[in-house]
Amino acid sequence: MKLREIAHSRTGDKGDTSNISLIAYDAQHYPLLVRQVTAERVKAHFSELVRGDVTRYELPAIGALNFVLQRALGGGVTRSLALDAHGKSLSSALLDLEVADPDSSPRPR
Amino acid sequence: MRAVLPLAARHRFRIISNMGAANALGAARRTASLAAEMGLHLKVAAVRGDDVLDAVLAGGYRFEDTQMSVRELGDRIISANAYLGVESICAALRTGADVVLTGRAADPALFMAPLVHEFGWALDDWQRLGQGTVVGHLLECAGQITGGYFADPGYKQVPDLARLGFPIGVVDEDGGLVVTKVPGSGGRVTAATCKEQLLYEIHDPRRYYQPDVVADFSEVRIEEAGADRVRVTGGRGAPRTGTLKVSVGYADGYVGEGQISYGGPGAVERARLAIDIVRERLELTGVRMSEARFDLIGLDSLHGSRPSRQAADPYEVRVRVTGRTDSLAEAARIGNEVETLYTNGPAGGGGVSRHARDIVAVQSVLVPRDLVRTSVSTVEA
Repeated sequence: MKLREIAHSRTGDKGDTSNISLIAYDAQHYPLLVRQVTAERVKAHFSELVRGDVTRYELPAIGALNFVLQRALGGGVTRSLALDAHGKSLSSALLDLEVADPDSSPRPR
Repeated sequence: MRAVLPLAARHRFRIISNMGAANALGAARRTASLAAEMGLHLKVAAVRGDDVLDAVLAGGYRFEDTQMSVRELGDRIISANAYLGVESICAALRTGADVVLTGRAADPALFMAPLVHEFGWALDDWQRLGQGTVVGHLLECAGQITGGYFADPGYKQVPDLARLGFPIGVVDEDGGLVVTKVPGSGGRVTAATCKEQLLYEIHDPRRYYQPDVVADFSEVRIEEAGADRVRVTGGRGAPRTGTLKVSVGYADGYVGEGQISYGGPGAVERARLAIDIVRERLELTGVRMSEARFDLIGLDSLHGSRPSRQAADPYEVRVRVTGRTDSLAEAARIGNEVETLYTNGPAGGGGVSRHARDIVAVQSVLVPRDLVRTSVSTVEA
């Protein structure tokens, strides 16, 4: 299944660095996020866009991960030639990532 | 100001804003004259001192992101403004001002200053300042915590976004926060909207560097406490650093851009042909670009080419060509080559738009905080 089924996300920007949060709808899915959505996977997922390191921070108290992507915004919002210079749409790209679903309990709609 | 000053005078609330932008004193004078025009008697304070251009030019600073030397930019430098914290805003509040206007200030500080002022928090009470930063950070983007920038039909429903209510923060003297909004307004306040905003523009959640504190969001608790009511506690803090972040604005050349759309059968092939033609024309005619992009909007402009490689071609697609140049005239030639596709390009291209503009780039440096000297001026109406 896509990450979108179990988690939501928002992107922020500071200079040439993008951060993408990944928040479990249901706390029971947080361990799955921790196991399957590693910094390495996220770096590979964004390999066309991100030239620097990807760091992952864990926030178990709110069931969320925070990915920090360096050199990800074409030099920063004020000088980037990209259509989405802030990288605001990157959160949706992260939610497109496939994860294996161990128990298939869907997110409540 | 015309909309809020009469309400502020009638209900006796005070306004704190960074609307002073590059000229806080000018903004304060203008606000006072607006108040006078409306027959209101108000005191307006301007917080000054965020402009540190001279100090930045005198020092040997390097940009945080690129390690580029600031001094080497020479006369391309336009501005340098420090992110101020709560101290100068609190000084302005102590003058009894009804309106406090700042230039560059850390967004959370605009919200934390009234807490420090009203509750008498010490400026080395790192735990409260850490939680106060949580309060400010959650409120600083207004509708982004009440359901704005959140809706995803079928997954995240938000009612009545056209009438989105802005947040109200109810804060106790330890900084404990309840986020809510005006009853009957659009949007929603839920644990999920608060979690998204908590991590917005955050890097290491244990070290969110602010002028007043290094805030720690890692133990923050977010609990729903009723309809459109969320309780947020657990922010912590560590001592502030010896430096302040300064945004430096500088002239960074010119950018030109042109766009054209293709639709119907073969749209993507014709758009790709259009890009090949423009690319070759820019070379043939000697347009000098230090950097260029050729996007197919609808296919690869947002997330690179990989995602759309597995998807069916869209019915319509928009070509976007953009590049960086050393002059405005050179930048304009990029859009011109796209417009030329009307007569000399593939069949059926339509809807050309083009522009050329100068770029003011912004990068940041850290400067010792004692180089930043603030003051407060007041204007009465």
